[in-house]
Amino acid sequence: MISPRRLQLLIVPFLLFLFAPAHAAQVQEFILDNGLKVLLLEDHKSPAVTFQVWYRVGGRDEKDGKSGLAHFLEHMLFKGTATTGPEEYSRIIAKNGGRSNAFTTSDMTVYFATMSRDKIHIQLDLEADRMANALLGDTYFEPEKKVIQEERRMRTDDNPGSALYEIAASVAYTIHPYRRPVVGWMEDIQSLTRQDLVDFYKLYYAPNNAVIVMIGDFNSDEMLSKIKAAYGKIPRGPEPPKLTLVEPSQRGEKRVTLKKEAELPILMLFHHAPNLHSPDSFALDLLSIVLAGGKSSRLYQELVYQKRLVRGIDADYSAVSKDATGFSISAQLLPGAQPANVEQQIDRSLDKVKAELVSERELQKAKNQVEAAFIFAQDSIFGQAMKLGYYEMVGGWRLVDSYLDNMRKVTREDLRRVAQKYLQRDNRTVGTLIPTKAKTQ
Amino acid sequence: MRKLLGLILFGFLAQVVPAQGAMVPKRSVLSNGLVLLTSEQRALPTVAIELLIDAGARHESAEHTGLAHLTSQLLTDGTAKRSALQISETLDFIGASLDTGCADDLATISLTILKKDLGVGLQLLAEILTGASFPPAEIDRQKQAIIASIKAKEEDPGTLAGDAFAAALLPGSAYGRPVEGTEASVKRLDRQRVQEFFKRYYRPNRTIMSVVGDVSEREISSALTEALKNWSKGEPSKAPTAPVQSDVAKILRVNKDLTQANIILGHGGVPRGHPDYYAIQVMNYILGGGGFSSRAMDAIRNERGLAYSVYSYFGTEKSYGTFQFVMQTKSESAQEAIHLAREEIRRMRDELVTDSELSDAKDYLTGSFPLRFDTNRKVAGFLGQVEYYELGLDYPDRYGELIRKVSRDDIQRVARAHLSPDKLLTVIVGNQQKITVK
Repeated sequence: MISPRRLQLLIVPFLLFLFAPAHAAQVQEFILDNGLKVLLLEDHKSPAVTFQVWYRVGGRDEKDGKSGLAHFLEHMLFKGTATTGPEEYSRIIAKNGGRSNAFTTSDMTVYFATMSRDKIHIQLDLEADRMANALLGDTYFEPEKKVIQEERRMRTDDNPGSALYEIAASVAYTIHPYRRPVVGWMEDIQSLTRQDLVDFYKLYYAPNNAVIVMIGDFNSDEMLSKIKAAYGKIPRGPEPPKLTLVEPSQRGEKRVTLKKEAELPILMLFHHAPNLHSPDSFALDLLSIVLAGGKSSRLYQELVYQKRLVRGIDADYSAVSKDATGFSISAQLLPGAQPANVEQQIDRSLDKVKAELVSERELQKAKNQVEAAFIFAQDSIFGQAMKLGYYEMVGGWRLVDSYLDNMRKVTREDLRRVAQKYLQRDNRTVGTLIPTKAKTQ
Repeated sequence: MRKLLGLILFGFLAQVVPAQGAMVPKRSVLSNGLVLLTSEQRALPTVAIELLIDAGARHESAEHTGLAHLTSQLLTDGTAKRSALQISETLDFIGASLDTGCADDLATISLTILKKDLGVGLQLLAEILTGASFPPAEIDRQKQAIIASIKAKEEDPGTLAGDAFAAALLPGSAYGRPVEGTEASVKRLDRQRVQEFFKRYYRPNRTIMSVVGDVSEREISSALTEALKNWSKGEPSKAPTAPVQSDVAKILRVNKDLTQANIILGHGGVPRGHPDYYAIQVMNYILGGGGFSSRAMDAIRNERGLAYSVYSYFGTEKSYGTFQFVMQTKSESAQEAIHLAREEIRRMRDELVTDSELSDAKDYLTGSFPLRFDTNRKVAGFLGQVEYYELGLDYPDRYGELIRKVSRDDIQRVARAHLSPDKLLTVIVGNQQKITVK
């Protein structure tokens, strides 16, 4: 499984979602009268079905001072409805041999379960109940707030890499909500009220703001009629506000440091970059692989293998994002290495891809990795559903179909051009984690 | 489900259950002693291969802790025919992955590859198994990288707690030492020791190989016989012996400037082959293994908001086992959370579980089985476990009955036999000035 339960994905596991499922052409789309979109894909490899409800709401829809609201609501939606007791949802799914979970990102909130084909109707009904009838019970509000604060401590406050990412994002964006952590700032979580949750639920949890993604061993006609029976009676909700914040262009490098208990420095270079709606996104995907996809990649060879400056190095580009996104390079340093020196070496590598064309073989290697990953990804119905849902949330699931064709057309010149255009110093934020030691030791 | 794959891989190894009728595993033994398990799956043009090799850290001395791990890390860093870069270039160009790993008992090699490239993959695998070359410069690099990762581990409070727990529970045994070694022990390792270790333990008659995907048993068996014809038998495997376990209750503290206390309460457990294994799995599901359905989750998370992650598990190895109750809570709540954990452990012994707790646990364990095989990679992992733990290829058919026959009395009996509230080791990693635990 990709996501441990009920967690917010601060950093989406990019590669998993880069590549699309192969059979998108066989996806059937339906829209019910109340606006609920349904995507069905039959896959009879094994007798299992994954059923997922995707809501078009996440951290980006919160207001300043209310960060963490979408994620808090996700937690509270396990606290029951008029007919299902608190935490009973999870128990019912487990009792029926299923595995369920949920997660929140900046762009979306997702509830899912995978069950055997003869049991999946149970979850189908429970999710309809959750969409319309959540109680958000007062009794559970304060304990759950504490749980979320513990989650934040575990995932961010006591995790040097996450803490650096959080502070770097808060500096990289000036106005766009991607500058706020999905889990929420600790003080914001503390001040959220039950009424905040109720208002948010009323505004965003409605069939016209949701998409069902269902993949597995079922008959589409039969499932569609079950979905209509369970969801068709839920009334259309208000039209959720459309957010059109555009981050202004960055004019000059930003730098941020974080000092906390750690052993090794971390360096992160975040460059603003477009999302999948830009034709440049395909070249940026491939550029990230040329730079850091596998041990034969450029940055790995130069910084990990030859210069021996860093433990590992990543280049992450998350095109599947609702608004403009980032192209980040991050590395944890070897003992004794200096962040300034590592930065200089990375810059040299980036200068090279801006000045010279990559080799034909490097480009072909990157494309082969995409093609192979595309096929491997079809092994899992859950993974396929995740990709379909992600694309649907940020731009439409049909984009999945054209992905490989567009990727295949990318040239060496495209890679050089996008490197020049986006991997500029004036367009980046440099984050550095500086380790400190506990005074009490 | 919840706290992670680690839980599933570790505690639930063998619950990884059954079978679609479609798995149809086949078992054969090649002339060099390699045990081959196959499952032909034609839906996708891919193949997943997994090797379990009796070349784990239990074979190394205390002085050379980290030798087995270093050896496994170096497998893809050079052969008689290819350099490290040539190996990674070969794999990256076809989008394949070849990963190596090492634990106390077993070393592992996993290959995920497109069917059309299977020949390339098998050739590379054969070169590694028969002629990994361990170039001195690569040994130097890996040692530096491992020493850095030992430092980085200091940043992961959960791992620190786990290491401290193992060291205290299993003193004087390889099982109590960190697989990757210590900075001092890794510095002591040299090429000659690595070569000797490799030559002695990486042998076909110490290896289980699972192959799942778009290939028949006949195809793979003849391809392997040809590719591995120079891989010759070595000394046979000997079953591991059980380490001596400490049963002294005590509190161990590791000071770190953190906001949470990372806590493990635990003691020794049972090996995988213990007759109480299945009753223990059901019992632990109710106590703390059952994700959001467990008593631990209810008492510590849902009712009081003291933790985000709380779970218990029985880790069952071939020769021994452990019980661990794991949670994180803000420093100030450590005492209360530990008190509640102890209460829940006691209650498993003192009271019979309810009928509905028992039936929910059984329904989950038996009902979720097909989901555990929903990818070729998972099937390959499962087949290797079935062979290593000698469960028999009919294990998927028997599992349901093994779970269903567990009674409420059985659960109380195994709780009394295998949970010992008075012998709990308590490990607390965190800011000790703020953590007050008696």
